Amino acid sequence: MTMAEVALEIKDLRKTYKSGTEALKGVSLTVPTGDFFALLGPNGAGKTTIIGIVTSLVNKTSGKVFVFGHDIDKNFEKAKTYIGLVGQELNFNPFEKPLDIVVNQGGYYGIPRSEALPRAQKLLEDLGLSEKMTQQAMQLSGGMKRRLMIARALIHEPRFLILDEPTAGVDVELRRSMWDYLRGITKKGVTILLTTHYLEEAEQLCKHVAIINKGEIVASGTMQEVLEKHHDEEAAQKSGYRSGKLEEVFLKLTSEK
Amino acid sequence: MNAYQLWISFYTMLRRDIVRMFRIWVQTFLPSVVTSVLYFTIFGTILGSQIGDRQGVSYMTFVVPGLVMLAIVTTSYANTSFMFFASKFFARSIDEILVSPTPPWLLIAGFAGGGVVRGVLVGTLVLIVSVFFTGLHLAIHNILVILAFATLTALVFSLAGLVNGIYAKSIDGINIVPTFVLTPLVYLGGIFYSIHTLPDWWQAITYANPLFYLVNGFRYGFLGMADVSLAISTGILFGMIVVLVAINWYFIKTGLGLRQ
Repeated sequence: MTMAEVALEIKDLRKTYKSGTEALKGVSLTVPTGDFFALLGPNGAGKTTIIGIVTSLVNKTSGKVFVFGHDIDKNFEKAKTYIGLVGQELNFNPFEKPLDIVVNQGGYYGIPRSEALPRAQKLLEDLGLSEKMTQQAMQLSGGMKRRLMIARALIHEPRFLILDEPTAGVDVELRRSMWDYLRGITKKGVTILLTTHYLEEAEQLCKHVAIINKGEIVASGTMQEVLEKHHDEEAAQKSGYRSGKLEEVFLKLTSEK
Repeated sequence: MNAYQLWISFYTMLRRDIVRMFRIWVQTFLPSVVTSVLYFTIFGTILGSQIGDRQGVSYMTFVVPGLVMLAIVTTSYANTSFMFFASKFFARSIDEILVSPTPPWLLIAGFAGGGVVRGVLVGTLVLIVSVFFTGLHLAIHNILVILAFATLTALVFSLAGLVNGIYAKSIDGINIVPTFVLTPLVYLGGIFYSIHTLPDWWQAITYANPLFYLVNGFRYGFLGMADVSLAISTGILFGMIVVLVAINWYFIKTGLGLRQ
């Protein structure tokens, strides 16, 4: 793949926290441009640490990260212009209005208010928040807050959207509408990196997948490749549970047993 | 980001803070005005009448610049320390700026700008209040010196508050410095007295207090007299700005107190 064909390239990424916890032990992965890429792993596997490093919220210990060919050590500000982040935790001022939150986010990317305002209104309308955009954000329901974070992440029209468990705590109907919306975005050429614990949905949505466990990538490739290589039909039947193939593979690769 | 985009980012941070401070004006502007009314009443009117003149002017006229400076210092410090701490600790909304291409120096400018605006506005309000207590006889020697010292002092303490806000790990962390460091320095910086009334040893200690130079320069703008030269006060002011900008830039660039 050429640089233009790679949205994110990570080489031998390591992170040791001050507590001594080794969160990443030499992670390497490549997210192709235009992909819907699933980064899966159990809690504490290192997914959010990877996302934190890519978006500058966590300092890496060593390794290299390139966003559309831009080395974050040399040109982080340029790399950041390509990225939109929907973090795992709600991280907006609950006293502000959704419209202001989204417009201000555009401002931090250098988008003037006159341009950001209609863009933010359109995004909030598309995500079903048109009636709530001038109320305080604290009055939104859990699902609405998640959608607000998606709108905020899209205001600068990023080429690479990172979604860290965007549907945690969101009901089925809303989840499906969010996935439909995100699928529409990928059709416009936006690359999506997704972490989720809803594995059946990841199996249906994503072209590529990487599974991380205890700071190491234990499987990666196209969804089909990973499923074919690691799925064990016999073991799945023995387990007595009926779940998707990806869930079986995930458990096989990350289980303590 | 080009120059225009940098300006938009700065304007966004500043506008957001100004909208916030006017939305909660009872918390952001009123307390300093109420406190200054009490100071003017007690120190100016009640005690001041017994103290008599200081350096050829009434005690009330002498104390006005110090009290305006007190309001500017405490308000600008509190604005940035609380704003930054709240955005990193309570809602984690500081991530909105950290993930954006806004460079560290602009983030410093954005937050410090908010502190300067609030500090200067509160200082102006206190000055307006003082007019009622001085019977419209407020002395103004050099308006440019007043404006420059008001703005630059607000900048110094906005930057100092930002250092505190970035580094603080708990709500206590943003209260300790104002209570145990800032307030004593301000009160012992010559707000209520000229250092020439102090014993030699105390005068010597006062010269080590940076707040003394700021009050001194500001008072010169009003009264045309000072305990030390304006050049020294100005030099100290710019020195503090350079040091504080460097500390803030280092904190934000390395992520100290911000990133894991």
